[in-house]
Amino acid sequence: MKISREDVLRVAELAYLDLSEAELETYRAQIDEILEYIGKLNELDTTNVEPMAQVLAEDQSADATLREDLIVPCAVAEDVLAHAPDPEPPYFRVPKVIER
Amino acid sequence: MTSTSTIDGVKEALAAKKVSARELLADFYKRIEAKNPELNAYLTLTPERARRQADRIDGLIAEGQPLPPLAGVPVAIKDVISTRDTKTTCGSKILENYIPPYDATAVERLEAAGAVILGKTNCDEFAMGSSNENSAYGPVKNPLALDRVPGGSSGGSAAVVAAGLAVASLGTDTGGSIRQPGSFCGIPAMMGSYGRVSRYGLIAFASSLDRIGPFATRVRDVAAILQTIAGRDPHDSTSTTAPVPDYAAELAKPLKRPRLGIPKEYFAEGMDPGVRKKIEAGIALFRKLGCELVDIRMPHTDYAIAAYYIIATAEASSNLARYDGVRYGLRIPDDSLLAMYRKTRGAGFGPEVKRRIVLGTYVLSAGYYDAYYLKGQKVRALIAQDFRDAFTKVDAILTPTSPVPPFKLGERTSDPLQMYLADIYTVTGSLAGVPGISVPCGRIDSKLPVGLQLFGPPFGEARVLQLAHAFEQAGGAEL
Repeated sequence: MKISREDVLRVAELAYLDLSEAELETYRAQIDEILEYIGKLNELDTTNVEPMAQVLAEDQSADATLREDLIVPCAVAEDVLAHAPDPEPPYFRVPKVIER
Repeated sequence: MTSTSTIDGVKEALAAKKVSARELLADFYKRIEAKNPELNAYLTLTPERARRQADRIDGLIAEGQPLPPLAGVPVAIKDVISTRDTKTTCGSKILENYIPPYDATAVERLEAAGAVILGKTNCDEFAMGSSNENSAYGPVKNPLALDRVPGGSSGGSAAVVAAGLAVASLGTDTGGSIRQPGSFCGIPAMMGSYGRVSRYGLIAFASSLDRIGPFATRVRDVAAILQTIAGRDPHDSTSTTAPVPDYAAELAKPLKRPRLGIPKEYFAEGMDPGVRKKIEAGIALFRKLGCELVDIRMPHTDYAIAAYYIIATAEASSNLARYDGVRYGLRIPDDSLLAMYRKTRGAGFGPEVKRRIVLGTYVLSAGYYDAYYLKGQKVRALIAQDFRDAFTKVDAILTPTSPVPPFKLGERTSDPLQMYLADIYTVTGSLAGVPGISVPCGRIDSKLPVGLQLFGPPFGEARVLQLAHAFEQAGGAEL
């Protein structure tokens, strides 16, 4: 077994994800099978391979991706707040996080 | 009426005043009304926005003004791509009522070119899936075989074009989500190189893989849509300044005995015999067209699914952290902030998304990062190297798009790993960042469509399109 019930619980906690008892066991079993399959990567010796985090075209120079830091108007705050679950313009309201 | 299922057909009909843009729009909505309840391919229609645009085009025609390249062409947009003032759900309950305050660049460019946006199409939740059965709004049916899936995740975008409910559409491809539904619905479908099309306004799934691309009824139209949406966008730092060639001009050029690579690893066990037969006929047709066929090796192909499902889920777990019930979308209230997060996410995400968040968080977590995530990235580098090596020998790579034809609804939902394994031919190109197209390659027993996939080197879209166009013109779809 690659992943235990406790592992899934710990990961769900990290991801702020409520899972039911049934979900917990179903996902554990399915992810266990997937991790078992993923284990085949260990057949490959990658000691001297640089990890590839991003696809970057070779002709893409830094000046093509970095722009000047200019201030441009961005008047979307009202639109954005209009669709928030609990807006208190100009803020998003959330449950109290600081105890007095 | 002339055929308005192609861009040229629409153009000719409008120019000859056989139909107005407004009338054409009404025709499409009438057909949508008749067919969509069964197909479930459109989630939201945008009639007001469409009428405004159609009226603008009709105004230009009345004034005798020159028409933009996609004038009056009815198009559909996958529901993971933002549309201003129009619901964009990502096929998820967590964004059921989400209304973006801006348009994606690809949408903006389509409209600026005269296209008329009909509505938003169904898809697997957050583009995670290969059958469209992971949508919170029910599966899409394959218009060519109603008991079968249209493929995924861009199943709705493929189905509306195949069913004549749009002339073209936009989908997104992370591990095959454009090419595989294109294959399943019997139409050409393309993902350009990573960086070719701006992703500003695309709701992120896996940022090092996600790409926007077109579906249409023929390759020429796929090229026209790509032409419109491609190119640098200051709003997306991953969009490149690489020049965008004139694809239509490239299509018109004769093939100069191109070398097509046939990778042995893509023709190993596991391919449906019906698919194999059609792809072999497709290879023979390319030979007849004067292509030189070269046997090549891509030795890391068999590791692509494992690497892909590490990288894609890791990136997804990070991207989907934003759905916390604070700024948009669903909120399940609670007195505690953390409990609100947990409940909102637990209630708002569907099973496949939760599974991938758990897997992605796990492979990134302390103690497992090196064994899984870093290993996945290293294997990704090896797969990209396979492509670089291949392109020193050949101009393009030919493979099947999917090992299986469209399968029956419900047939594969209980086993996620089996569903993932069917992405074997498409995820490789996703990891490498190269462009790929799926083009129709006959139908099994005159019914189930098969797609043939062509990969080109980075920014080699023109060559890929040219080959696919020649194949189509030579009768590839009727093999």
